[in-house]
Parts: sequence; C-alpha cells; structure tokens
Amino acid sequence: MIYLDHAATTPLDPQVREAMLPWLGSEDGYGNPASEHALGLSARRAVEQARAQVAALIGAAAEEVVWTSGATESNNLAIKGALEFRGQTRAHIVTSRIEHKAVLDTCRYLETRGARVSYLNPDADGRVSGQAVLDALQPDTVLVSLMWVNNETGVINPVEALAPQLRARGILFHVDAVQAAGRLPIDLAQLPIDLLSLSAHKCYGPKGAGALFVRKRPRARLAPQLHGGGHEQGMRSGTLATHQLVGMGEACRLAQALLPAEAERLRELRDRLWARLSELPRIHRNGGAEHTVAALLNVSFEGAEGESLRAMLPSLAVSSGSACSSATREPSYVLRALGRSDELAGSSLRFSLGRSTRVEQIDAAADQVMAAVRFLRELSPDWVPA
Amino acid sequence: MPVYLDHNATTQLDPRVLDAMLPYLQGPYGNASSLHRYGRAARDAIEAARAQVAALVGAEFAHVLWTSGGTESNNLALKGVAAAAATTSRILYGATEHPAVMEAAEALRASGWGVETVAVDAQGLIDWTAFARQLAAGPVRMVSLMRANNETGVIQDLPRAAAQVHAAGAWLHVDAVQAAGKIPVDFVALGADLMSLSSHKIYGPKGVGALIYTAEVDIEPLHHGGAQERGLRGGTENVASIVGFGVAAELALQELDARAQHVVRLRDQLSQGLRALRGIRIFGEDAERLPNTLQFALSGYDGEALLMQLDRKGFAVSSGSACASGKGEPSHVLLGMGIGREVAKGAIRVSLGKDNTAAEVDRFVEALKPFAGQRAA
Repeated sequence: MIYLDHAATTPLDPQVREAMLPWLGSEDGYGNPASEHALGLSARRAVEQARAQVAALIGAAAEEVVWTSGATESNNLAIKGALEFRGQTRAHIVTSRIEHKAVLDTCRYLETRGARVSYLNPDADGRVSGQAVLDALQPDTVLVSLMWVNNETGVINPVEALAPQLRARGILFHVDAVQAAGRLPIDLAQLPIDLLSLSAHKCYGPKGAGALFVRKRPRARLAPQLHGGGHEQGMRSGTLATHQLVGMGEACRLAQALLPAEAERLRELRDRLWARLSELPRIHRNGGAEHTVAALLNVSFEGAEGESLRAMLPSLAVSSGSACSSATREPSYVLRALGRSDELAGSSLRFSLGRSTRVEQIDAAADQVMAAVRFLRELSPDWVPA
Repeated sequence: MPVYLDHNATTQLDPRVLDAMLPYLQGPYGNASSLHRYGRAARDAIEAARAQVAALVGAEFAHVLWTSGGTESNNLALKGVAAAAATTSRILYGATEHPAVMEAAEALRASGWGVETVAVDAQGLIDWTAFARQLAAGPVRMVSLMRANNETGVIQDLPRAAAQVHAAGAWLHVDAVQAAGKIPVDFVALGADLMSLSSHKIYGPKGVGALIYTAEVDIEPLHHGGAQERGLRGGTENVASIVGFGVAAELALQELDARAQHVVRLRDQLSQGLRALRGIRIFGEDAERLPNTLQFALSGYDGEALLMQLDRKGFAVSSGSACASGKGEPSHVLLGMGIGREVAKGAIRVSLGKDNTAAEVDRFVEALKPFAGQRAA
C-alpha cells in the first residue's frame, strides 16, 4: 500500500509513540493530572511540558495553549465561544466557502441562532483574498475565521497579511491551522492572530488530541463549551488524557525540528509527481501552484470519474476530497467553490505526501494513476481524444 | 510505588487493554472516514468497540455515541437536549451531581432555561417528597441524576426516579461514570433515556467516553463538523482509545462480580479499621453504596492537609473529586447532604480498585493512626 493521504491522517511517529507509552503502560504513569497526590503531580508536569512544546511550534506562550480533543472541538470552541462570551449570537461572522466542515457546520449552526455569516468565494487559484475579507466586514462583524492552508488543495491563504489589518479594526481573527502546523513556520509572537486551531494527528501525533491557541495579550475571551471542574483556565473541562497530550507535544517538537528540510524534500517529490502526471493530456491542477504547501497536490482528470478511478487503484491510499466529506460521496464543495464543474470536481484525486513518502512510491503512484486514467478514458463513451 | 486508593479519580490502564490498543498506535493508521483499506480497518475496529461498550450497559449498539470522556458526555446530554428543544422549560439535576453536570446545567440559565437542583437527604439519597413536588410544579424537559456518587459512592434508586420523570413527560439522563464496571448497570432497566460513560474509570485509556441515547431523544451536537457519529459528534475518531475503551468495557463486564467481591471485602476491612480510630465519621454509610468507595472525615483535620501528609507516606487518596481538588472548597456533595462546612472540609475519599490488597488496606489504616491520636478536637 502506498499511503498518500497524509492530509486525512498521519501515522504515529515512532518517537511520539515512545513518548506516549510511559503514560499508558507504566506503573506510575496513570495519575489524573488534576489529582493532588504525587501520581497526579507527575502527570500534570508531563502535560505542562507538552503544552510548552506545542506553544514553541507556534511561537506562543504555554499558558496560551488550551487542550482539546481535536481540531473539530478547537474550531467549535473558538467560534461559538467567542460569540457566546460576547453575548452576541446575532453578530456577523466572515469566513470562506473552502473551510473545513468543522468551521462551516459551526457557522451554519450559529445562523440558526441568529448570527449572520458571509461565506467568501476563493479566486480561481483557490485563495481567499485579504481584500475580499476586508470588503465583507460589517459594523457588527465580531469574528473572521479563515483557514491558513486548505486541506484539499494545499493553497495558503494570506492570513499573515490579513492579521494586522483585522487587529487594527478590533476584529477577532480565528485561524484553522490544522494543515499549516508543521508544514509552514508559524510565529504568533509576531503575528496578531487571536485564536488558532491545531490537531495532533495531522502532524504524526495521536488522534483525539488537539489544541486551541487563545491569545493572552490582548486577551481573547471565550465562553467554555465543555463545563465541569474548571480545567484549562475554565475554558475546557474534562480529565486530561496525559498520553495523548504528551504525544501531541512530542509531535510538535519533532515537526519543528524537521520542518524546513522536510518541506523542501516534499516539494521536490510533489513537483516530480505533477511533472509525471502532466504527461497525461487534459488534466487540471486544483489550486494555483504558487501559494501551496509542499505536501499536497490535487488533480482533476477529465474523462475519469473519481470513484471508478479510486476503485482501480486498490494499493494506493489517496482520497477525493477530504475524509470528512468522503463518506457523503458528493463532489468536493471546495473544488466547486474554485469554479470547477461537478464533473471535474468529481474526477479529482488528492495526493498528500508525508514523512514516509519516498521517490519510488511517487513514481509507482504516477504509473498506476496514469494507467488507470488511460483505461477509464478508453472505456468512456463520452471521451473524445483531443 | 505509592499505594493507590484513588480509583474514582482514574484507574491504571489494564495491560490487556494496552495490548489491544498497541496495534492502532503503530499499525494501520487510517482516518475512519477514509474510504481506502486503512480507513475501513479503522472503521471496523471502532464498530467492534461500540458493541463491547453497548454490552456493558445492555444498550443497543447503534445507540452508543463516542465522546472525549465523561465531561463531554454530560455536557452533550444536557446542552444537546436543551439546544434541540423547541421551547425552553426546566432542567433538574441532583444536588450531589458531578461538576460536569452541575455546571453544564447552570450554563443553560443564560439561554432561558429554569435550572433546579433535586434535594437529597443526609445519606445523599433523593428526597422523594420534594422531587415529586418539583416535577408537578410545571413542565420539565430533562432530569439528570447519577447512578452512583463519585465521592460517597451512594447509589440512587433510579428505576423509581425514572418512573416519576417519565410520568412528568421528561427525559432521564444518568451519569453512570462511577457506577459502570463497579455494579451492574442496565440502560433499559434503569429507565434511562441518556447515559454518560467514561473509559478511564474502568481501566481504559483517558480521553474517551460515550453517551448512550435512545432513538426518541433529539440532540443538537456540541462539536459541529463532519458526519461522524451520525452527525451528532464531528471529529476524526480516536481509534486507539476507542478500541481500548471497548476492551476495558468487555473486561469490566466479564469480571464485574469478581472485582466487586474483591473490593467490597477490602472496603469492609477498611471500614472496620477506621471505626477503631477516634473521631472518624463515614459518609453515606447507611445508604447502598458502590462496593469500592468510602468517604470519611477525621475530626480536627483539613482534608487537603491530610491528603498531603498521606501522600508523603505513600498513599494516594483524594479529598473529594479530582475535578474539584485544589480549590480549598468543601465538597458540594457533603454540603448537599446537610453536613456542616467544618466536617465537610475534613473529607477524605478512599476508592479501591481491582489490584489493591488487604495488606495495603492494613498499611493505610496504620498510617492514619497517628493522626487520629493527635487530633485537635
């Protein structure tokens, strides 16, 4: 099996696993981090060390990191928490049509509670322009939520340029950085983002762990979404899963150490894959080549329907669209927002590369995909060779 | 190694549970929503675990919803039902509920809900007269009651409560986090409409729990996004932990009687030992309690301070729930039972587990003796 689905989830790094095991299997690693006895204290210390590691990856202070069960919870906490704290459930939010479901579904829920939401379209390259965001602001806009890197196309949104502009206007800025963390340098000491969502399992950490950066100065205030016990400075209650958080900390430490070299390596592999696939006529790269992260390539193949294509690639783990919407088997809403037809959106594959990806795998994947596309095109009654 | 007597706070992962989890921490690394082979393997593992957890409480497989733990389950039950309701009315919860129920319920006031506590008597049991009056006083959407209390171990008569709750046209949410795995818990027999469970209280991993619900209950998700858990709980599933929870539930069911008999023997031994000390008061002693739990106060002592002293001697106990610890506030559970602040501040909770021994209990009682001897009172 060639695994090119790292944007859906990544394998647990062996070093991360080693870091987690003492908090699962050992004789003294099972304390509740909220307990006052020695076992509790040692778990608490481990959780706090992990918090510092996560903070270091994004240039934040440790006390600005709030643990969650994953990025979906982080996004929900950021958006609902911000509106609820202000008691402004009827306020205006700006976001985009290419956000992850966790942001879109949260916004849609808030609309049922009286909020107004502007969903911005990306340009043809898949990018949401900073100017479009500024143009969409209204007098009662309290929050802008924009993803840093899109999970389907890898396109990088201009959050760095936008952040100071929103700060100057006093508007809270939430950034879903799930696909950016570990793939791009992030320095929140320099960048005035107020809330930023992270996930462990997209960067070789465990599933079921995430974090929300909540800025201290100026302080971003949130209403908690999980009550009970007052853990995490009252913002998120619940017993902390020591092993999970230690794993996320170690994953962030590794990601930081590997980042520049790994990004360079993946960029070469990604470009090689695109160069190989480009031997096929009438294929389309989704998302402009200029502003994308190194690890992703999204391609639509004319005359090759996505489901059939994937069925012909049993030893290649790739996805068409994000894992979260793949169960619904609808053409990707992200690609449709880019202006792709249903047909082209439905004939796309997302290749997401990662730490285990080797050049031989890239070449084998390209061979398999090209053979499958050629085969399907020959079968297709609609396919007219150019 | 300290003598661990704090199993209601958390438990040590059972090695058999860890063995079941390990393949999912190193092997197939699918996102359970992915359609490729790795994704399908993850999906199968999650569904097998769902059946195991359902079996522990006699629920239907399809009515188990994964969460990040007991706190999320309780929040989802209360806020999810409230948010899905067409109109606001009242929500009741027991005076000795866990903070996750208490605070989730109290947070609903802001959205227009009437929130009331159900009074308990000196043993921590529901005050039935007051309860009946409350239910009759107007429409109620939901009543949240725990099967067994985390501090005193006191067990509520939930079938009796359920009949009244249902007659009032309300739903019953049962926090069974402490009861599951310690006494038989049957979702249907208890008359529950929703039930919260946690993995790490039954020798499973931390960071995973479940909400059991019947098909009649409408729930608005807390975590929007993605179609996971029938659209009721978005987020990539925590496969390894879910698998661990499943195996922990299966073992808890298989070994329920043996574990209960073991800890109740130790608890009786502890109880006897404590009664020989001066100035001991045991809480909820006349009520039916969990076999593993004993909460007491040593007169003249502050619970937090005594906990620290015992910790230094190598005994891990708690002064209440871990979630409320470190705040210096007397237990709301004991205050709810009408116990005075001074006595309540002295509370120490001992919660035994399957791996404790009679020798450990003896050593604990020995360790307490000097304190009982030099009490201030």
